[in-house]
Amino acid sequence: MQIYLPIAELPISILTVLALSGAVGFISGLFGVGGGFLLTPLLIFLDIPPAVAVATVAAQVAGSSTTGVLTYWRRRALDFKLGGILVAGGILGTLLGVLFFNSMRRLGQLELVITLSYVTLFTVIGGLMLYGALRAMLRIRAGKPARLRRRAGTHPWWMGLPWRMRFPHSQLYCSVIPIALLAVVIGFIGAVLGVGGGFILVPALIYFFRIPTAVVVGTSLFQILMTMTGATILHALTNQSVDLVLAILLLLGGVIGAQFGGRAARNLNVESFRLLLALLILSVGLRFAIELFIAPSEPFSVVLPESAR
Amino acid sequence: MNRLGRIVAMLALMAGGAISAPARAETLIAAMSSHQIQITSNYTGSQLTVFGLVERDGRTAARGDPYDIIVTVRGPRRMLLVREKERLGPIWINRTQRRFPDSSVFMTVASNRPLHEIMSEETARRERIGLDNAQRMKDPALDLDVTTARFQEGLIRILSEKGLFSQEERGVTFLSNTLFSAPIDVPATAPTGSYEIDIVLYAGGVPLARQTTNFEVVKSGIEQRLASGAHDQPLLYGLATVILALLFGWIASVVFRRD
Repeated sequence: MQIYLPIAELPISILTVLALSGAVGFISGLFGVGGGFLLTPLLIFLDIPPAVAVATVAAQVAGSSTTGVLTYWRRRALDFKLGGILVAGGILGTLLGVLFFNSMRRLGQLELVITLSYVTLFTVIGGLMLYGALRAMLRIRAGKPARLRRRAGTHPWWMGLPWRMRFPHSQLYCSVIPIALLAVVIGFIGAVLGVGGGFILVPALIYFFRIPTAVVVGTSLFQILMTMTGATILHALTNQSVDLVLAILLLLGGVIGAQFGGRAARNLNVESFRLLLALLILSVGLRFAIELFIAPSEPFSVVLPESAR
Repeated sequence: MNRLGRIVAMLALMAGGAISAPARAETLIAAMSSHQIQITSNYTGSQLTVFGLVERDGRTAARGDPYDIIVTVRGPRRMLLVREKERLGPIWINRTQRRFPDSSVFMTVASNRPLHEIMSEETARRERIGLDNAQRMKDPALDLDVTTARFQEGLIRILSEKGLFSQEERGVTFLSNTLFSAPIDVPATAPTGSYEIDIVLYAGGVPLARQTTNFEVVKSGIEQRLASGAHDQPLLYGLATVILALLFGWIASVVFRRD
């Protein structure tokens, strides 16, 4: 069954979109990532114009993260204080990212920047996480504790910078500077790549700040909800590229998928959680790397400049 | 020798007559099954039919060659950017690009038999008939550029794969000696806007008459309302989308709540 998308200006199979968004929603609920980094390339693969894909996925991610935020909030696994700082830093980063985005577009190298950043970011983060997860698994096999426990009074140097704050929900006593810096970087990357940034935020909060996984996922979802709500409105205002019909289809599949994902997350132990997330991120990076390194069967591509739409 | 000379003279007269005395030439009459395609939510493409009649009167010169019809449909013109991936060290990146500032995004060339049987390649190039020739640059200097020609071929190949460009060698059917019809397939991905149809009558590789008509592709109903809403009330549209998204999320958490 096909439905015509008024903004993307092409018909699409309803079942395909529902299956796709359901699967991505499941992953999103499972890992507390927005899922935009998976859904956007998939939609572009279905011939949806990139501008429409990025803007509409923002709306879908806002919707599916709402469900997650409510679930984690009820379980008290959400740190609003930490989330607030992340949102504030994210706004600054988004502004910088939009400026960079526009200047690269003027130079005509935007596509290369996007592909290269996908490849480096995903392979590096995915690789590091995979290494960490495998090492932890080996430690368990060897009968040692999976992770070095945080001992009272010991912390990495960046947590000891000035303006330290207490985050009781996250069991964290840490300087605001590195947290805000992380938020700015994620906002920047999010604006350039059109992704929420949860896939960077989640591992960063786990590895650099040693915050409990459950709180990390809830707080990350909260930050994603805020950024993506703003992004949807900005996209609608600046380039009218949000497709409401596509958004509804994506939401329908996404929220249902996220429910099952969130439930599956409870039955998943921390170590396999880390391993799976690492493999997922790494495979997306490799998929983009293939595009970059393998000779294309069709070297030409036709682009309709966005202004012409 | 003398006989051959007379035939040549007669042919020249016929050709001359066709140009100098239009009353004696054929005229083309064309009609379309519809002048508007409306896009609704279940739109998956559409088909139109062009009907035409070659009108002759008693004074029209007799032709030794059969009639040929070529129907060219050109969609809305947009600026297209064609990029080519090239190897730079180990990676493949877009390095060169060409702008096609006034290119049709949709084109169909339909004829009653293969174009090369209707006219010589030279004539086709001069008259800009056929996919390859119709897209050609107007500037002859650019036309000779080998690189531009490669980009041109790439553009036609990609748009043909998407079903936006096509050449139908048997797309025109003669129902009688003078009556013909040509179905035009408009795929769902064809852009909205106005489409020009150019119908040319040939005999022996010489154009005899020409007729143009047009149709348009427009969004209608809810499709049209959503598209214009997104453009005219962007803030309202954005807010509505966000509220809908949050509502969806909230409903799902209520429906699926177990704890």
